[in-house]
Amino acid sequence: MMETIQTTTIDVAVIGAGAAGLSAAAVTAAAGRSTVVIDREGMTGGILRQCIHNGFGLRYFKEELTGPEFAQRMFVKARDAGARFQLDATVTELKKLEDGKLQLQVLSAKDGVQLIEARAVVLAMGCRERNRGNIATPGTRPAGVFTAGSAQKLLNIEGRLPGTSAVIVGSGDIGLIMARRLRWSGIEVKAVVEIMPYPSGLTRNIVQCLHDFNIPLWLEHSVVRIYGKDRVEGVDVAPLVNGMPDMEKKFHIDCDTLLFSVGLIPENELAVNAGVQLNPATGGAMVDANYETNVPGIFSAGNVLHVHDLVDFVAEEAARAAAMVLKRLDGEDAAATTQPATAGANLKYVVPNSFFPGRRTVFSFRPLIVTDNGLLTATLGGKEIWRKRVPFVRPAEMLTAELDGALLTGDGELVFKLEKEASHD
Amino acid sequence: MIYDVAIVGAGVSGAATAWQLSHYDVKTILLEKNADVGMGISKANSGIVHGGFHHPASTLKAKLEIRGNLMFERLQHELDFPFKRTGILVAAFSEDEMPTIRKLYEQGLANGVHTLEMCGRERMLRLEPKLNPDVVGGFYAPGGGTVEPYRYVFSLVESATLNGVNLLCNWRLIKGFHDGDHWHLCSEDGGEIEARYVVNAAGLYADDVSRVCGGEIFHIHPRKGEEYLLDRSSAARPEHVIFPVPSAHSKGVLVIPTAEGTTMIGPTADPVEDKTDTETTANHLQRIMVLVRNMITGISQRDLITSFAGLRPVLDTEDFYIAPSEKAPCFIQVAGIQSPGLTASPAIGEYVKDLLKEQGLCLMEKSRFTYELRPHRHARSETPESLQRLHAENPAWTHIVCRCEKISEAEIVEAVRKGHTTLDGVKFYTRAGMGRCQGGFCSAKIMKIISRESGIPLEELTKRGGKSRLLAGKLGELEVKA
Amino acid sequence: MIKNLICINCPRGCHLTVDYSPETGACTVTGNHCPRGVSYATQEMTDPRRTVTAVVRTTSAALPLLPVRTAKEFPKPLIPKLLNYLYTLTVQPPLAMGDVVLPNAMDTGIDVIATEPLEG
Repeated sequence: MMETIQTTTIDVAVIGAGAAGLSAAAVTAAAGRSTVVIDREGMTGGILRQCIHNGFGLRYFKEELTGPEFAQRMFVKARDAGARFQLDATVTELKKLEDGKLQLQVLSAKDGVQLIEARAVVLAMGCRERNRGNIATPGTRPAGVFTAGSAQKLLNIEGRLPGTSAVIVGSGDIGLIMARRLRWSGIEVKAVVEIMPYPSGLTRNIVQCLHDFNIPLWLEHSVVRIYGKDRVEGVDVAPLVNGMPDMEKKFHIDCDTLLFSVGLIPENELAVNAGVQLNPATGGAMVDANYETNVPGIFSAGNVLHVHDLVDFVAEEAARAAAMVLKRLDGEDAAATTQPATAGANLKYVVPNSFFPGRRTVFSFRPLIVTDNGLLTATLGGKEIWRKRVPFVRPAEMLTAELDGALLTGDGELVFKLEKEASHD
Repeated sequence: MIYDVAIVGAGVSGAATAWQLSHYDVKTILLEKNADVGMGISKANSGIVHGGFHHPASTLKAKLEIRGNLMFERLQHELDFPFKRTGILVAAFSEDEMPTIRKLYEQGLANGVHTLEMCGRERMLRLEPKLNPDVVGGFYAPGGGTVEPYRYVFSLVESATLNGVNLLCNWRLIKGFHDGDHWHLCSEDGGEIEARYVVNAAGLYADDVSRVCGGEIFHIHPRKGEEYLLDRSSAARPEHVIFPVPSAHSKGVLVIPTAEGTTMIGPTADPVEDKTDTETTANHLQRIMVLVRNMITGISQRDLITSFAGLRPVLDTEDFYIAPSEKAPCFIQVAGIQSPGLTASPAIGEYVKDLLKEQGLCLMEKSRFTYELRPHRHARSETPESLQRLHAENPAWTHIVCRCEKISEAEIVEAVRKGHTTLDGVKFYTRAGMGRCQGGFCSAKIMKIISRESGIPLEELTKRGGKSRLLAGKLGELEVKA
Repeated sequence: MIKNLICINCPRGCHLTVDYSPETGACTVTGNHCPRGVSYATQEMTDPRRTVTAVVRTTSAALPLLPVRTAKEFPKPLIPKLLNYLYTLTVQPPLAMGDVVLPNAMDTGIDVIATEPLEG
């Protein structure tokens, strides 16, 4: 009966088998809840598999691991806890049925069209990369223009060289890591070009991926033109003055490859079609302190919720979300009143966007400023209830705040803000 | 062998001509310099089926535009390509523009377009609630629409080749001469095609082709148009194509609900020197954004997924030049096919066929002609049940390769088997890589499928033929240096 | 010889100036805010090491490339030689994560190990 469409019923469906999905599945499966993890790729691990470099896991596993090692450990945890995996499978639709169950339509070569009815869904789809089109880099449209992640996949998964000499746009960690990977593959790296006045990536990556190879980093510069009809032949780079390129001072760099590492966009189209509301500041879902979206039973965690700097934080957040999924499956009232949490001065956003009074809650933020002496404060209903000194604030690095339940009592809005403190030096 | 007709250029004009000729017992060959068909002017334009009011009745343009427009339903029925008669709204945003609106409206009526409707502000806003409320009036042309131009060309060529037309890609003409009996066309790499009649549908290069074949000397002036594509989710997507009041040189910057669900804004109109100059520029994007914000609500630069530029082949006369050459025998010029060339193309094909007949080509209808192409199936538009049936025949139907546009492996394999072996060819044929991630996730997967199906090694695959290699080799082939 | 370095022990990223004499091995460090800066600079000047990660070919159709790393930090000057050698290798399944792919790489005593299982 190949033509009938099978429906399976399950407690928890996790969409995405990266760090977030595996971490969530390990928690729900270990609690005895039937759990399936669905992923498009043939192997679990998500983007971690192509991140063959080290630097993962120091926080979560207390030792330094490569991406594949981190992924493998997370997979073993989820598998041993009893999670099932459906790989090479794409979720094409997610919707809420009239009886309150959530229905996923899954396509795969192996099983054709399948329907999964789940009591809870964890969105763990991660991100896609912003690309040249999104930032409208002017010039020709030749072969040789890649996002950093797709070049990484070509090299580390397919074993193919994307080019012979490259310029990298964006100094985020992925761009920096790729600078070293290109050099370690015999590919010349002519420059890294960054529009901000400071690098977007970690200092360690600036040192070990650029300085080690004498790769120039052009801060406050922008690629203003791409050359080459068939294959990339070079770029023009110009300094930025008040955000606008100074074309008088532009200079040319010959290269046959251009890599864009200009940010990540949470991949939430499935969620939006299911009626999930997004937070414009993160591109991820609006979630309450249960990591539950406005659609009851749909939870979100990891990079699809907001872009993290460390995979360790992704795994931790997804485990917290999964614990909330369990409470929900145990029948805890979802309608308990929440109070709003918002990001104030110098913070791009706060996740979650609300909290339950009296319950310990971990909040995550992205700073908008660079300072060596930051002060993070929380006010509830206009009254300061918490403060913390944060040294070395960088937009590249996420901030977190863990607030005790006892603090989170009182009426009104919880507002976080970040200030520069006078230097102690 | 000596062909009856050789058509130089497989863009809309050449393809429509080939398709017309394929109905008859005529040996036709379609010659294309690029690696795939429709990859020149035809690929990079606004995809508008125009409403018959922009040009005066005295022009060949207007005549063929109106005839071509009426042929699209039948073509879509037979050839299955994305086309929607969305209707066109020409909107005025100041009272000063209203006289031009009235003039265009009357021009349309004079051209025989009787469905035009003059609209006041309220009527405009009711037809298109997304219009900027500052609109003062305009007119409505329900006969206008949008088409995916590359898919339209692919379909014409597919039907033509199915019905006996030969196609040669990567065939660049460098010289042609008539030996007193018939034509000899020579390609860059030493190939020669013999034919009794030649149709010069070489687009931007129609002047060069005419010159090297001893035809008239004229000049094609490229006029560049930049277009910006917005994601499916853009709040700016209108129901109708929105036109501003046109200027002397261009129909203006439009807001286009493409037949495939995205929104396109553009084009600009700038004369350029170089016939390969399809660069986009920073200041044009800003200019288009400003113009479009004045026309419609919901525009956001965050929805931008890609940009491109195309070139219009403009003659000094600004009209189409479709006529037998007065210098070269048995040689039909099809030049200057700028806007509304896409709309006119079905009629251009017909018109060229008639010119060939007048020139003595014997046209006998084929006793057997396959009218309808097998409809293209797309995983994205199948019901779950029909998809399950397709899966039973071929499991590749439920293997999604391009996540953004939901394109299955089966569709990609079909494209490769139909001869589209470049990444762009597959992209334009299937839409794989055309969505919001612009191939970030699926390009490597698509390349592997092309390689597997075509036997071309991964390292030799190109973006669009020629030297547009996608990869530089295998890991380990370059020496790692300190 | 004087060299400028950025310390990577903590997010502070102290800009270090190192005066190093290769003959005597003497190393004077300034710009550091804590002792870790001195040991970092000394190591960088005398014996810089990095964890090397790469992929090697396999005979498996399911996993044609296997990710690997050095089991310990590896002498920086030898990295190109190691990589060029690793790209010539082809390994056979089965291998567990952590199994040695190349023992005693470049006679350093450091092994190169698999960072993903390669199933047979």
